[in-house]
Amino acid sequence: MSEEQTSLNFRANSAASIADLSLRAAMKNATDTFGTRRTAAFSAIPDVEALRDKASAIRMSVLDNLPAYLEEFASNATSAGATVHRAHDAKSARELIGAILKERGVKMAAKGKSMVSEEIGLNAHLEAAGVEVVETDLGEYIIQLEGETPSHIIVPAIHKNRQQVGRLFADRLGVPYSEDPQVLTKVARKVMREKFLAADAGISGANFAIAESGSLVLFTNEGNGRMVTSVPPLHIAILSVEKILPKLDDLPTFIRLLPRSATGQAITSYLSLITGTRKEGEATGAQELHIVLLDNGRSEMLAGGSREMLKCIRCGACMNVCPVYRTVGGHAYGWTYPGPMGMVLTTLLTGMEKSYPLVDASTLCGACVDVCPVRIPLVELILKLRERRNKEGFSDVRERLGMRFLGYAVKNPAVFFWMERVSRLFWPLIQKISGKNVAGRLPDPSPRPFHRRMP
Amino acid sequence: MRVQLFGTCMVDSFFPEVGDATVRLLKHFGVEVVFPHGQTCCGQPAFNAGYRDEARGAAEHFLSVFTGDDPIVTPSGSCAAMVKHHYPGLFQGDSPLGEKARGAAARVFEMSQFLVQVLRAHERVFVGSGKITYHSSCHLTRTLGVREEPLLLISALSGAEFVPMPDATRCCGFGGMFMAKLPEISCALADEKADSIMATGADTVTGCDSACLMTIADGLKRRGSDVKVKHLVQLLAEGV
Repeated sequence: MSEEQTSLNFRANSAASIADLSLRAAMKNATDTFGTRRTAAFSAIPDVEALRDKASAIRMSVLDNLPAYLEEFASNATSAGATVHRAHDAKSARELIGAILKERGVKMAAKGKSMVSEEIGLNAHLEAAGVEVVETDLGEYIIQLEGETPSHIIVPAIHKNRQQVGRLFADRLGVPYSEDPQVLTKVARKVMREKFLAADAGISGANFAIAESGSLVLFTNEGNGRMVTSVPPLHIAILSVEKILPKLDDLPTFIRLLPRSATGQAITSYLSLITGTRKEGEATGAQELHIVLLDNGRSEMLAGGSREMLKCIRCGACMNVCPVYRTVGGHAYGWTYPGPMGMVLTTLLTGMEKSYPLVDASTLCGACVDVCPVRIPLVELILKLRERRNKEGFSDVRERLGMRFLGYAVKNPAVFFWMERVSRLFWPLIQKISGKNVAGRLPDPSPRPFHRRMP
Repeated sequence: MRVQLFGTCMVDSFFPEVGDATVRLLKHFGVEVVFPHGQTCCGQPAFNAGYRDEARGAAEHFLSVFTGDDPIVTPSGSCAAMVKHHYPGLFQGDSPLGEKARGAAARVFEMSQFLVQVLRAHERVFVGSGKITYHSSCHLTRTLGVREEPLLLISALSGAEFVPMPDATRCCGFGGMFMAKLPEISCALADEKADSIMATGADTVTGCDSACLMTIADGLKRRGSDVKVKHLVQLLAEGV
């Protein structure tokens, strides 16, 4: 992450987002659209529930045998001509990629969309080392021009409207202002074509890595992913270790689920399988391929009680339906991954002390659980994290004491009803202390509680 | 038939009229209502905030107050969901309390569920009026899986017109402690819900959870709306 993590300021961040009406309109518009498209896409295929069960089972089987699958993947990718690296943390991954580029004298790298590269703060590191990094996914390009980070894992510039993009392009690229998405896309394409041809290296992520064949799988829509991975002579792919699928036979399940969950498409415009380097007689493909497998806390997650989070295939469906995410946008979460999957992953990967306010960023409505294609029990994971937050001492002391008292009172009706009576007596004061947005939103307690009306 | 009524703490303090309506309605159907005194709170505030020990204490108390085999009926989807889906997990499976928890889970009903599944109240006619819209609260809908029952009951209100709300299953913004911890987001969600309600042109919004209805009423107040907010049991009890 090129910017400091601000998850501790979640409440202030979200209050600022709420005050930003153009952000809220853009978020509402985009998440509604994706939600509607997703529903329509799934209503067109039979046995969606069975498909989700199957996907969940495949992902669990990967987690149950991850080290063996990683070995298998690395060995098969190596046989196909790739060089496979393992990076324990963000720093070592950044340095490893920086060193590969430096050794080969790379001046410019064209980059496909990769959330893992955001997680490790790759761009800032490479730029500090003198490499020009050009984001080639349109959304990523927009936020790179703006100096921002993605606010959605699939739609990085979801928080922006086309007027803002039009002004940004006019300012930074010196083109006439337009708010026509087609005109803006053409502008970006023209800039990028030149970059693709001039780039000495392509950097991409990957949606999956197939253990039995050593292949990388990329789902893309704009064609830039294919350019990045096949035009420059050197291709570096960075992905986190849990992206493994055991067999090519497992892929169709995810081809049916991932695009539908993410954008409501039956399939993305491009689906690339990259197995090793360019072979004799082939016209395209990188001559040199490096695959960086990033751990950065995953092994620890795998050993802990929240391993099901590692089933995630990064479709973003959970954030599109999350009432909190839709309202505050992705930046409020203060790290790479937002929304329900993000609040869980951020806490698990960056640690409670850097992220504990995030565990409150849910009403526990369960909309995310309804749409998760791999059945991650997000509500259960959030509850577990809240429990851990309390146990590790990151909850407010007044809350802890209040809960302890409540815990005592619910077991002692006399105390419980005394508490009810006291609150009733001091209600105006309680409303005043807690503020108009808390007890101020509650009605006055009844002078005659229900239990006193009952025989 | 005899039932045990779990009023819930929310109804006890803030909405006793919902409790009154529940009793009236059950009696109307010839059901004997027992109110086990000493009942307090199901423990959901603690459970949802990650205070599992406190939640277990509340559950233990609940299980000591609600004994026997009669159905437990409550006018709250989220409290019913707490007892049904979370109580059993709070205790060792083979312990006496674990057994009691599973017993309570098996005999707890949210009120609309009980009215439709057991009393078949939707086959009767209630007197209704005006345009009614319905908020499908999260735990009722997703955890308990009660989707159709409230709608069947609303359609039994003759003289009333039902107008569906856009995004009826989207959270109102209450979320228990959420409303106190992140009030800005909570209010924004309540406002959005109020907008959805006002877009229907309904004069009354109803639902099966007092806490959600309270949040909705607050959102409507901020929007300056005069849409009435009533628990479904109130609408039904008024129409018998």
